[in-house]
Amino acid sequence: MGPRSQTSAQGNRAWRYGRKLSALIASVALTFVGLLFVTFLIGRVVPIDPVLAAVGDRAPAEVYERVRIELGLHLPLYQQFFVYIAKVFQGDFGRSILTANPVTSDILRVFPATLELATAATFFGILLGIPMGVIGAVHQGRWPDQVLRVVGLFGYSVPVFWLGLMGLLLFYGRLDWVPGPGRLDVFYEGLLTPTTGVILIDSALAGEWDIFRNALAHITLPAAILGYFSLAYISRMTRSFMLEQLSQEYITTARVKGVSERAVIWRHALGNVRIPLVTVIALSYGNLLEGSVLTETVFAWPGLGFYLTQSLLSADMNAVLGGTIVVGTVFIGINLLSDALYRLMDPRAR
Amino acid sequence: MTTQVKYTTPEGQGGRYHRWLLASAPRSRYQARLGRAYQAWLTFRQNRLAVIGLGIIIALVAAAALAPIIAPYPPNAPDLSIRLAPMSAEHWLGTDELGRDILSRIIHGSRLTLYVIVLVAIIAAPVGLLIGTVAGYAGGWLDMVLMRITDIFLAFPKLILALAFVAALGPGIENAIIAIAITAWPPYARIARAETITIRNADFIKAARLQGAGPARLIWGHVMPLCLSSLIVRVTLDMAGIILTAAGLGFLGLGAQPPLPEWGAMISSGRKFMLDQWWVAAMPGIAIFVVSLGFNLLGDGLRDVLDPKAEGQ
Repeated sequence: MGPRSQTSAQGNRAWRYGRKLSALIASVALTFVGLLFVTFLIGRVVPIDPVLAAVGDRAPAEVYERVRIELGLHLPLYQQFFVYIAKVFQGDFGRSILTANPVTSDILRVFPATLELATAATFFGILLGIPMGVIGAVHQGRWPDQVLRVVGLFGYSVPVFWLGLMGLLLFYGRLDWVPGPGRLDVFYEGLLTPTTGVILIDSALAGEWDIFRNALAHITLPAAILGYFSLAYISRMTRSFMLEQLSQEYITTARVKGVSERAVIWRHALGNVRIPLVTVIALSYGNLLEGSVLTETVFAWPGLGFYLTQSLLSADMNAVLGGTIVVGTVFIGINLLSDALYRLMDPRAR
Repeated sequence: MTTQVKYTTPEGQGGRYHRWLLASAPRSRYQARLGRAYQAWLTFRQNRLAVIGLGIIIALVAAAALAPIIAPYPPNAPDLSIRLAPMSAEHWLGTDELGRDILSRIIHGSRLTLYVIVLVAIIAAPVGLLIGTVAGYAGGWLDMVLMRITDIFLAFPKLILALAFVAALGPGIENAIIAIAITAWPPYARIARAETITIRNADFIKAARLQGAGPARLIWGHVMPLCLSSLIVRVTLDMAGIILTAAGLGFLGLGAQPPLPEWGAMISSGRKFMLDQWWVAAMPGIAIFVVSLGFNLLGDGLRDVLDPKAEGQ
């Protein structure tokens, strides 16, 4: 091959890659607009009059009319949608009725708590789930594999809020191993100035080890309950990936060459499972954000899920839709990220 | 319908019906159909867990049908003199904060559970089937538009979307059903589309088209029946998730409203007394767990019978 054809091949590849990338970005953008459209529609079908909610039902007609124009409700629906999109891109979700703050600042305040809980739960799921999946695959059909199956079936069948309540009953109410609901004991509340909002990081940075230990004790049970579901998912996927690898010929070759069984399983096979596992972990992280709605309610954990349910119960639509958009955006972002990571790590997918 | 195990019938073995059902040369269409169903049942029966799952579902349906007869007390008969009574011979699972018998409420609650899953399946499965088959059969821009919409719905976290819809429609069991159905159809559309694409160019479709069948007739009469088995498996496996979502909505106070004996709402009201009267919150949760376990086990078994190629996914 001459140098000319080589550069044209390279240019071709770059062009193809660029086209793939732009198609991906276009589809993500379309999904995002779809998300906004759905939330916009939900906001329109609510039987609550947003003007009435703002001015109260004893306001005179001219005040009502003025607020209606202020809120942009006199415009045709499609114009309202464009105004809505513009506002969302400026980070403006309106004001929460419940807290009287802008929804954006509310969400920024509560989001770190959810992030902390979901991350701790994912750690739990990874640290236990991957070894369990590997062991299940190695002993396929024998008792470790059966244990894995039961763990999975239980995880797919049990209501997370009920498991949380039973965990509280047993470990807090009866055994007294963990502190009760919330992120910190009341005694420590407000002692820490939030920098990141993640108490475990903030307290460690400030050298407040008493607070750190208290926060750790508080997060253990909700993270374990939530992490159980990611454990069930990660271990099942690890098992099926490992089974696929262990039946490949390179594994036989390694064994014939005298590589120890431990190295064959944990280095050769698990090494090749790493890439699809990244995708699985990212997806389970996205699912945890969803699971956190119920878990946070049970543990009175002041995160996004708790905020969302509190707003739901008081029909605070701005807060509900703002929270929905944030969770949906994070979800889309995580899917995109896992896709990008997959392409980055696996040369075959480029 | 395919079966993994083929049963042969050596002369003189098994009962008369067994031999008639498994005849290698059935003499009528009726015999062939029954025989095929019988073979599927024999395969299904080998999976002991799936049979347990089927038993749980039958028990659920029986409890719902016979609730007023088998429940020892009416579901909404408060008796404050025995409020929060522990488990006893009169009240097997104890009583709640108004002195209502928890066992009776759980039995009556099975009606609500069944109501939710049947309605969600009736709404979501046909919608998904229709969208998927039309998209897969038509191809081109229609396929693109329909699948884009499907993807947008798939991009939402399910529970959050359901919450947002319930918030808009207002709490209540009917609205919870609508919200869950809206979030449930996209996977069905994807499955139906994938199946349609694999059979769209099959010879029998071409033959029917040459005989003058229009698109509607082809989709309705030839494509949809072939999508059904994988759809049934998926719907059965989804039932557990639907039950959990409905219970979650009830728990948050957005699903069935009191005094309806919905299991999730019962857990929610038992929460206040949990540390001392644990049974109020614990018992309905066990009911939810058992029923969704039943659907999971049944779904696994059905997958082996109806859709063996999807095994292990």
